[in-house]
Amino acid sequence: MATKELRCHPGVGPNVTGEALVTDDNFSARYDLDRIAGVFSRPAHKLFGKSYVDKILVVNTAKGGVASAWMLHEMKARGMAPKAILFNRINPILAQGGALAGMALCDRFAEGDVTELIRTGDRVTVDPAAGLVTVERAG
Amino acid sequence: MKLTEHEEAMLAGEEGEPRRWAMDHMIQVGRFFDAEDFVPVVQAHMMADTESLGEAGVGFVEGLAAHPEAERRVRIPMITDPRGIDFDHYRTLGQTDAMAALERRAIAAFEALGILMTDTCINYQTIMPPVRGEHLAYGDTGVVIYSNSVLGARSNFEGGPSALAAGLTGRTPRYGLHLDENRRATKRFRVTHQPGGLADWGALGAILGKRAGSYWEVPAIEGIAAVPGSDDLKHMGAAMASFGSVPLFHLIGVTPEAPNIAAVCDPAALEAEEIGAADFEAVYGEYGARGEKVDVVVFSAPQLSLVELRDLAEMLDGKRIHPATTLLAVTSPAVAADARRLGLAARIEASGALFLQGMCFYQSYAREMAEANGWTRLLTNSAKLVNIIGGYGYKPTLASMADCVASAVAGEIV
Repeated sequence: MATKELRCHPGVGPNVTGEALVTDDNFSARYDLDRIAGVFSRPAHKLFGKSYVDKILVVNTAKGGVASAWMLHEMKARGMAPKAILFNRINPILAQGGALAGMALCDRFAEGDVTELIRTGDRVTVDPAAGLVTVERAG
Repeated sequence: MKLTEHEEAMLAGEEGEPRRWAMDHMIQVGRFFDAEDFVPVVQAHMMADTESLGEAGVGFVEGLAAHPEAERRVRIPMITDPRGIDFDHYRTLGQTDAMAALERRAIAAFEALGILMTDTCINYQTIMPPVRGEHLAYGDTGVVIYSNSVLGARSNFEGGPSALAAGLTGRTPRYGLHLDENRRATKRFRVTHQPGGLADWGALGAILGKRAGSYWEVPAIEGIAAVPGSDDLKHMGAAMASFGSVPLFHLIGVTPEAPNIAAVCDPAALEAEEIGAADFEAVYGEYGARGEKVDVVVFSAPQLSLVELRDLAEMLDGKRIHPATTLLAVTSPAVAADARRLGLAARIEASGALFLQGMCFYQSYAREMAEANGWTRLLTNSAKLVNIIGGYGYKPTLASMADCVASAVAGEIV
């Protein structure tokens, strides 16, 4: 199994390992999710219908409003949250939400577009304090 | 991050657990964005609806509120974004007693922290408009983009927890829009089709937001022929922030930091992209549904100003909303009191419309309201709302206020 290490800007949250769910689309907890069911619910989203629970979610950027800052905490408290979210570029709201929730979040990858560097199904370990993401390729 | 002695003391818990938490939270965020230090802020504004907080968030705030008064009170004027509930109408809307109970718990906790429950996303029109150069910790993206752009104040998007941390400590990490270098234009647009009405201004915001595409882009806008009004810029900014997560724009010759294009960028280095009539048509086309039955017509997001309510009252005079359609007009408690006193609320209600205050449609358990009322097709003049509400299971359509009213009367989209 091929393993690679990706360097990013140090983020927030604990070290976690999980299965990647990747899109080049963007992310907002308010706009895109059915938070009760734990799936993407906005029909135009590229992950529409997919479950994000316990995944290492990999997206392009953060969008939308300020609600995600409370919502990540609420989702995690019910056990219906992703383990981590990796961005090409985050916005302040998601960073604040990660800090409150204790959810692993990182952005700004040295090797380029993270939505191309990681594939859905890859096994990914995130070390936010070190700014290090380890990817084991699936299959 | 470099901390002052006072900040070190707060971080060490010498001024109580709420301020210790606040400093720890803001340092995590500040490090994420390479903030070198903190900047004092003069006001905080917080998103505080219980749909966002959930049971976990309300419990968290109650935990802060349980500390002694000297440790838990905010240190700068702090106000709130819309709630999730209008206590006079929640049952009519299909919201539950459990939602109202959670909202009451949240209000009690926030009031114990010394927060003024203004319940508004139009505080820049109604409460205390920021002054150019003031550093703020504002939540609600529409509030932030208006305050940064139209008023020249300085705020990042502060989610509820970070706005609360700023309120407790009177400061916020110095990054993003607090720094001069991040307020320069990074993209340049020339508008060749003049917006006519609030939905058009929202559509322009949608186009700009999509093309700008991230929090770290600042659009400069040229080609607007006449100086827009506060409600025009409110709708444009709210849509731009919603579609693109954009926190600042410069309207050349209008907004205070942009007397001319050279003030915000090197014009020779930044080529302008055109925005024309076809771009506007594409926004409306994306949501069009002429002839379809309309379940709910919503005027909200942002809350309506007194002037918008006057316009709506004039359009509804002598009309009757179709029995199979619901029309909601939503504003802040302060504006609602004025609208009631001036007879506007009664005129709106005489049509069969619901006049609501202190909430905003998309922050009010929209999915549960849809299920309880059988709502699918939603019509609004808010470009921001059509962007958000699809994720809650609605099929949204964007139209002018006049067309929204005509559709509400006809029971179908005209």
